[in-house]
Amino acid sequence: MHLSPQDITAILLSMKIAVTATAISLPFGFATAWVMVFKRFRGKVLLEVLINLPLTLPPVVIGYFLLLMLGRNGWIGIFLKSFGVELVFTWKAAVLASATVGFPLLVRSIRLGMESIDQQLLQASRSLGAPWYDTLATVILPLSLRGMVAGSSLMFARSLGEFGATIIVAGNIPGLTQTIPLAIYDYASSPAGTSMALSLCLVSIALSVSVLFLHELIGKKLEHGGKA
Amino acid sequence: MKLCIDIEKKQGDFSLKLNTEISGERVGIFGASGSGKSTLVHLIAGLIKPDAGEIYLDDTCLFSSRNRIDLSPEKRRIALVFQQATLFPHLGVKSNLLYGYKRCRPAERRIKPEAIIEVLNLGHLVGRGVGKLSGGEKQRVALGRAVLANPRLLVMDEPLSALDDSLRYQIIPYLRSVSAEFGIPCLFISHSLIEMQLMTERVLVVRDGRLASISTPDELARSGMAANPRGYLNLLRLDGATQKESLFLYPWGESDLIVSEGRIGEESLFELSSRDIILFKNHPEAISARNLLECRVAELFDSDGRKGVVLESGGATLVAEIVRPAAEELGIATGATVFAAIKASAFRRLG
Repeated sequence: MHLSPQDITAILLSMKIAVTATAISLPFGFATAWVMVFKRFRGKVLLEVLINLPLTLPPVVIGYFLLLMLGRNGWIGIFLKSFGVELVFTWKAAVLASATVGFPLLVRSIRLGMESIDQQLLQASRSLGAPWYDTLATVILPLSLRGMVAGSSLMFARSLGEFGATIIVAGNIPGLTQTIPLAIYDYASSPAGTSMALSLCLVSIALSVSVLFLHELIGKKLEHGGKA
Repeated sequence: MKLCIDIEKKQGDFSLKLNTEISGERVGIFGASGSGKSTLVHLIAGLIKPDAGEIYLDDTCLFSSRNRIDLSPEKRRIALVFQQATLFPHLGVKSNLLYGYKRCRPAERRIKPEAIIEVLNLGHLVGRGVGKLSGGEKQRVALGRAVLANPRLLVMDEPLSALDDSLRYQIIPYLRSVSAEFGIPCLFISHSLIEMQLMTERVLVVRDGRLASISTPDELARSGMAANPRGYLNLLRLDGATQKESLFLYPWGESDLIVSEGRIGEESLFELSSRDIILFKNHPEAISARNLLECRVAELFDSDGRKGVVLESGGATLVAEIVRPAAEELGIATGATVFAAIKASAFRRLG
């Protein structure tokens, strides 16, 4: 297995993007899951569709929409520009692309965890003097941890593999925005790149397996802790 | 405790409409499954919002659609004990017990953890996780947790339904003692008449989302005597047993009760169906039943074609049940003397 300095940069960048996208999405994912599970409001179905839309849309479409919004003439782009911030074709745009594509997976997993919480536990908490935010922090949050771990693993893994949206909104700039899948794409396009592409594929597999093992390990630990 | 309720709530096909006022330290809400008991509890605790009406607990308005008041559950200070213990699975016994206590204002912390741990015999459980507790232990921890929140009212929503018979009667003394010892008014919800008799002093009977009656548990047991397949259940707390061969003798009234399943040196609770008592006008010559008690008829009451006979002996009472023609044949009247025959095995020890 041979990895060039450029490949190492791509691996580190992939990790950085996946970690950042997951970390940024987690609080929003938790809040969205909480709203979807415990709140009743009009337009809930619409919100449900919007959250899940990235699951069914081709990532390229998502990338294109992000490009339109974040670009120089996009409304978010113009807004950010006024603060001197430009996202398109930076690693931050790749984070945004990964976060958008992985968000439904994160929310789904946290929701599953929240839906399995016995409603009477929440009622008990409230009747014992806990305001809603206290119940959220001391009952819902700890009992959703397994769902959060599962969702984060899924999202992290999804971010590592993100290609379509990233290449549109962040480009494929070696050393700057080139992630593992984009580097593999480059190698696959050149006749001499097969062994380099395979090396990155092996790294990709190793990363994914590690994430899944870590997920199982944390899940087991939480399960054990829950039974204490 | 005085609870004033005038509420309406519609949930699908079911509608609850109640307008009543009930006072007492141990009040029961009695009704069959689906009668609206739990909905009522949720409305009182603030876990469901009524469509309209008012709820007052003593002088505090918990809900008023007219005055736009709807106190949040945590501000109502009404602690709940559910059918299942619903202990927080991610917390240990100690943290569960202190959950409400920590959230109670220091000025309102009247009941201390040490006291409740002693009364509920939880000392050996405090260091444990909740997953390793038995059903009865879990329910005791849940009860302790609710009481330690120092609530204004303790609501027990069928707290014994998930427990088997032997555990149920082990828990009842604990339920009674926390209410009595710490002076917390208690609202006890159940579909079990016997639990009502053991736990409450006033009962609000709910049927199909409406108030059916307000009575004492004894009046309720008497009125349901004919309809209940087991008749009126006499509940006897007996102590001071002596053993004679394989039977146990308990002092009762002016004589002894002979029971087949007793305990020496501890108080026991026995159940005796009114239908297991046979009445004789004169002393029978010979009888296989081990108990033949000379009693005075203290009172007679009707229950759907049946006659309830309250038998008295030295201040202790038992209710026997006979059909009306039997009452006429025996010429039973208040003040008359009768002989009650009861088999030793008819006494069922509850705990």
